[in-house]
Amino acid sequence: MFTDFDFDVIERALPYLWQGMMFSLGLTLLAMVGGIVLGTLLALMRLSSYKVLRVPAGTYVNLLRSTPLILVIFWFYFLVPIAVKHITGDSYAQGIGPFHSALIAFTLFEAAYYCEIIRAGIQSVPAGQVQAAQALGLNYWQATLQVVLPQAFRNMVPILLTQGIILFQDTSLVYVVGLTDFMGAASKVAQRDGRLVEMYLFAALIYFILCYLASFFVKRLQSRITPPR
Amino acid sequence: MDFGFLSQPAFSGGGTYFDWVLSGIKWTMLVSICAWVIAFTLGSVLGVLRTTKLWWLKGPATAYVELFRNVPLLVQMFIWYFVVPEIVPKTLGMWLKQGMPMPEFWSAVFALGFYTASRVAEQVRSGIQSIPVGQTHAALATGLTMPQVYRHLLLPMGYRIVIPPLTSEFLTIFKNSSVALTIGVLELTAQARTISEYTFRTFEIFTLATVVYVLITMAVTVLMQLVERRLRVPGFIGTGK
Repeated sequence: MFTDFDFDVIERALPYLWQGMMFSLGLTLLAMVGGIVLGTLLALMRLSSYKVLRVPAGTYVNLLRSTPLILVIFWFYFLVPIAVKHITGDSYAQGIGPFHSALIAFTLFEAAYYCEIIRAGIQSVPAGQVQAAQALGLNYWQATLQVVLPQAFRNMVPILLTQGIILFQDTSLVYVVGLTDFMGAASKVAQRDGRLVEMYLFAALIYFILCYLASFFVKRLQSRITPPR
Repeated sequence: MDFGFLSQPAFSGGGTYFDWVLSGIKWTMLVSICAWVIAFTLGSVLGVLRTTKLWWLKGPATAYVELFRNVPLLVQMFIWYFVVPEIVPKTLGMWLKQGMPMPEFWSAVFALGFYTASRVAEQVRSGIQSIPVGQTHAALATGLTMPQVYRHLLLPMGYRIVIPPLTSEFLTIFKNSSVALTIGVLELTAQARTISEYTFRTFEIFTLATVVYVLITMAVTVLMQLVERRLRVPGFIGTGK
């Protein structure tokens, strides 16, 4: 079964796979930061008392959450160059590579998921905290930024990180537009050298180790920072 | 937006582009439903095993969940399609590659089913564990055996509790079925991409595909809310509002 396994092919491909892994990790981190920032704004909009803010945010989140990620990637691959053409007037959309399209797609897609996590986090802060802040004379932004969000994020850190692990796994889908992330690199080597078995099993092993370790640390963090009551 | 191209004869295969869309919807549904059968059955068994006190039942179930949850779906899809036929015994491998009808479809179903089973298992486990332990003790005190406790108490209550999370797992499987396009299943997203390549009506066809996904999501959500209401046991928290 494994007798004609060729480990050399993995060794030879390591520098290329490493580049791919850096791409995957870079995309994950940037999309995570962007997604959390945008997701926080969306969550505040969804919880706002103004309908003009609540309804668009709700529609956006529900729309993105019921569309497959691959379709969203295709959408942005198609839309981003058009949008750039409109904004800059440059008909070739120079400077906007596939990486930027993918980054925008992941950021906007993840924002919808982060929004729901953060909304639940904000709602888990007791209403008395907001009332106390208002009684002290804090305005909306002061109460939100200095009282509500710090407490909400403290409770949410493990879930936000878990979503980050899911996002890391999802970045493998940039394969569909031909980008060379870790999976893309593994797949290119696999097809070039005709070594599908070795490369795909190796890719699975690496993803497993990274995600398993990451979720292990998240679990430990969770038991450590369980909020003091 | 001009959807007129949908009634034009398609590039190949006889029908119109609209027929391609319908065929895409059909394959999306077939992959999702077949994969859900595997995910729900296997996931329920694994979830129940994880709640038992016997390590030789709990251990393998936990290992399964950790393994399938921590490898991206795309990688699992490739392993089922490209790797499994190579590493199984030769005759079976030959059959998988040449004898079996629709290899892409079944690889996609198995990949999606086994992947989602790990997520269903976690939901079922947390549903069962959210039932107060006093109820199990009470059931045992009335003389029920442990299998009877599962049959008459833990499973009926547990499944009612997890209807909403299981609904969202089904919707996840339905969205994830688009990953099957990477191994050549012509489901809805794949058809949308192909049609956009032939007609250059990218905006229209992507809009149509998105609307179909949203409508099916809404329909499933409403249907499951009705099911949840029908099955509700009066007087219990967590079994509907």
